Parts: sequence; C-alpha cells; structure tokens
Amino acid sequence: MSTLTHPADPAAKAPGVRTRPHRGPSLRRARSLLGVVPFFAFVAVFLAIPTLVVVAGAFTSDDAGFTLDNLTALGNGYVVNAFVRSVLLSAGTALIGAVLGGLLAYALVTAREGGLLRRVVSAACGVLAQFGGVTLAFAFIATLGLSGFVTVFLRDRLGVDIYAGGVWLFELPGLALVYTYFQVPLMVIVFLPALDGVRPQWREAADSLGGSTWQYWRMIGGPLLAPAFLGSTLLLFANAFSAYATAAALVSQGSPIAPLQIRSALTSEVVLGQQNLGKAMALGMVLVVAVVMGLYALLQRRTARWLG
Amino acid sequence: MVGVIRRRARRQRLLRWVILTGLGVFFLLPLLAMVEFTTRGAGGTLSLETWRLLVDWPRLSETYPDLSVGIAASFGLVVLTALLMLVLLVPTVIWVRLRLPRLHRVVEFLCLLPLTIPAIVLVVGLAPVYAWVTYFLGGSPLTLTFAYTVLVLPYAYRALDAGLSAIDVRTLSEAARSLGAGWVTVMWRVVLPNIRSAVLSAAFLTVALVLGEFTIASLLSRVNLQVAINLLGKSSATMSVAVSLAALLLAFVLLLLLSLVGRGRHRTATKELS
Repeated sequence: MSTLTHPADPAAKAPGVRTRPHRGPSLRRARSLLGVVPFFAFVAVFLAIPTLVVVAGAFTSDDAGFTLDNLTALGNGYVVNAFVRSVLLSAGTALIGAVLGGLLAYALVTAREGGLLRRVVSAACGVLAQFGGVTLAFAFIATLGLSGFVTVFLRDRLGVDIYAGGVWLFELPGLALVYTYFQVPLMVIVFLPALDGVRPQWREAADSLGGSTWQYWRMIGGPLLAPAFLGSTLLLFANAFSAYATAAALVSQGSPIAPLQIRSALTSEVVLGQQNLGKAMALGMVLVVAVVMGLYALLQRRTARWLG
Repeated sequence: MVGVIRRRARRQRLLRWVILTGLGVFFLLPLLAMVEFTTRGAGGTLSLETWRLLVDWPRLSETYPDLSVGIAASFGLVVLTALLMLVLLVPTVIWVRLRLPRLHRVVEFLCLLPLTIPAIVLVVGLAPVYAWVTYFLGGSPLTLTFAYTVLVLPYAYRALDAGLSAIDVRTLSEAARSLGAGWVTVMWRVVLPNIRSAVLSAAFLTVALVLGEFTIASLLSRVNLQVAINLLGKSSATMSVAVSLAALLLAFVLLLLLSLVGRGRHRTATKELS
C-alpha cells in the first residue's frame, strides 16, 4: 500500500480523437476486446469465482440448499467474541500506530526530501509494514520470548521478570505489540504523501499575518490534514483486521480473533451443520473491511482537494 | 522573519531527533535482539554457527530439508509471479488505455478489489479452485503463482497506472502507427520503454510481497519460505530467527533499490518539464 494516490488520467478524459474512418466498427470493437480476454479470464477464475464461493457458501446449507443458518450462527458467543476482539485489537493498534506513525512522518517531512535519512527510513517502513507477519513474530520471539534478548537481560541483570503474571507474548497483548510494530511504519507510508502536500507558503502566509504555531496547526494544518489522518487510520484498521500471519505464528492456543476462527473452521473437524460457517465468517470480515475501505475512499477524495 | 524561520528550523531539528531516537529504539531493538539471539553460543559465548549453516546450501538442505524446499519454492514463485503479472497486466493496461478507454474503470475496480478481500478470506474461496488446479497441474508450491498474482494486482496496477499517466500514450502510439508500426511494435518498442521504471517498481513490489506471503501457502498446505520458517520455529527457533532476519534484510535492500528507481523516474520527469 505504498502508492495510494489516484492520479488523474489525461488520456481517458481527453475527447476521443478518431482520425481514421470506421471500417466495420462492431468487428473492430470485437477484435479490440480480444486483447483483454486473458486478463478477464484470469480474474474470473482466480478472483471472481473465489469471491462468489464465499458469498454463495455463506447462504448454503450442508445439503446444498439455501439457508440463513450460517449467518445466524455468526451470533454464537464465541464468534461474536472473536469479532469483538478483532475489532478492538485493530482499532487500538490503528490509533497507536496512527499517532506514533504520524509523528514519525512529520519528523521525516522536516528532513531534506530525497536525503539519505528519508530514503532509508522509507524503505525500512516498507519492509516492516508489508513484509509478512511471520518474520516479525519471530523477531519478537527473539526479543521477548522466554529466552529472548530483553527477557534474559531484564531477568539476569535487573531481576525483573516480565512474565511474572503469565506469558503474555503469545496472547492478545503480544499480538497488540507486534501489530503496533507494523502499523507505525504503514502509517508513515500512507501519511507521508499528505504531509508532503502541505505547502510551506501556507505557513509563511500564517506567519506574515501574525499567527502563532498553535494557531497555524489549529486553524490551517490541522483541518487540512484531518481527513488524511482519519483515512490513514481507517486503512490501518483494515490492515490489522485482515492480518493473519502474525497471529497464526504467535498464538498457539485457541482462536481469539476472527482470522484464527476462520482457520479453525477450515482445518479442524467439520461440525455437522456448520460446513459453511467459515464462509459466513469470511463474508463478515469482507463486509467490515469493505465498509472501512469505502469510508477511506471518501476521505481520500476529500484529502485530494487540497493535498493531492 | 528570518529569525523566526531559523528558530523554527532548529526546533524542528530537535523534535525530529527526539522522535527518531525514541521510535528508533523501539524498531531497532527487535532487530538487534535477532542478531544476538542467532549468535548466542553455549555458556554466553559468541557463535556464528547458525549463520555459517545458513550460507552453506548443501549442508542446510541436509539439516533442514523443509527450509531449503521453502526457500527454493519462494524464489521460483517470485520469478513466476513477476512474469505472470507482467504478461497479464502490462499489455492489458496499455491496450485498455489505447483502444478501450471505457473499460478503464472496470479494470481499475477489478485490480483494486483484492485490497478489500483479506487473504484469509480469499483462501476460503480459493480452496475449491485449487482443488482443480491440483487436479490439472499437481500439488507443487509453484502453483501458488496464480493466487499470488491476484494478491499483487492492486500494487502492480497502481505502479503501472501511475507510469502510464505520466506519459502521453495516445500521441506516442498515434505517431508510431502513422509511421506504419503494428500494435505489437507500439507496445513493445514505444510504450514499454517509456514506462520502464513503472514496470520495474511493479516487479520489485511483487518480489517483496511474494517473499513475505504466508496465509495462502499455509492454508493451501504448500511450503514456501514463510511456511518453512514457521514450521522450523517449533524445532529450531534459532535457525528460523536467522532466516527471518535474512529475509527482512533482503526485502529492505530490494525496497531501497526500488526507491532509487523511483528517484530516477522523478529526475527524468523534471528534466522533461524544464
């Protein structure tokens, strides 16, 4: 999710300039369409069919009839709890990530553009934000695992046992910590373009009219950046909500969050009458993500008005 | 006025270093811990045994067969996915821009759709499709190429679309056509060289994404790099931490290269403007 801007498309908007006469326009159009057949065929098989499988499966009973049982089964206590925990985990890490990442992005934007610092931090952010949860899970096992660097250091040198109250790394608090570790860099990536769009002239205009730093941020910078900040936070939420690898690698017991519930529905013994419960949960996840991404798109459009 | 600006620059510099130091500790600590963890020998000594094993391919594949299979599969997948993505996407986006502008929105929507479908959901729907893939092509991990191409569509599409928006495709192609070039020549020799850096960045993003993918491979029971790291974590945590660190560093180098490619494009763009 590095380039989130949708640049205007001059070629598509330009009035169609057709210089040559139409020789059998319908035949030519049909031949033109042939050029996109491979792409559409591929997308149909590997994107459209899987989506339909999930949607149709959510409404299909074990004997292939139509049913709403799968959806009502989403009301079961353990499913609801998993979704609630997922939402809380995603919202919490999105907020922390947005604040810390926003600060880091601000620190970067005051540095020279195209400088070494910025390039190195951007690349590092790209890796940490997008490069898979398994490696990050193992990074934290090396840091805070039972024989991790920090754990051992604190225990042997300072006599502090961070696991006195139980090993929390492999439960929700541990997940929150590792999620924060990839949310902050993602925030930097998605928020930096908006900060780059803030023109120094606006600050100078505020200065020349006698505005203070506080007034500038409250009345100019803040309102301008608010949609971008909110939008980025939503994107972080969707990112954490969809994440699976970190949780799969860290959590060894139970299925505290929604993606892990789907895993257990996929891999464990099928409970009679619930073959398609996994698809119903998957549909639930898609709906949450779709709503969040829809809001994100709206805010993105609002942002583009000034900072595009 | 100058005094205000100078004072502000000093304050910003101070704030910058406070933030960078604070977050830098948080982000570098796990990476340093990985180094320490993998070089820890018996009785508190320093040992490079794990790293020596990691670079010694024959011994590695003997000691951890799963890991070497996973590494090989991931590199194969990187190449195949990048190829399939380029073959599928580059001609399509160019063609849509030139001949079928009305399909532009549809193609954009389809390419960005995977962003709203979490991988864990996609895998639920892909399971029956992959039953057929296994039937026709076998259960090799390399068949994941298809799923991964779907995953990289949004990122690759954005990179290519941005590249194409920066040039005047229509004028270029009409100029070439009026000189007698066929469509294949237009694409291969006129448009493609002009969006070279966009194609490169799409390819780099693909590489990083495929090397880091876990969800789909794991749930379709195919071993790739990440699945192997996870499996290994149960028996030899040291080795899996070492491989994780190596993979992170590799991805970092790739993205750093990517930013250099991006910079090259920026510079040519400004040069053309002036």
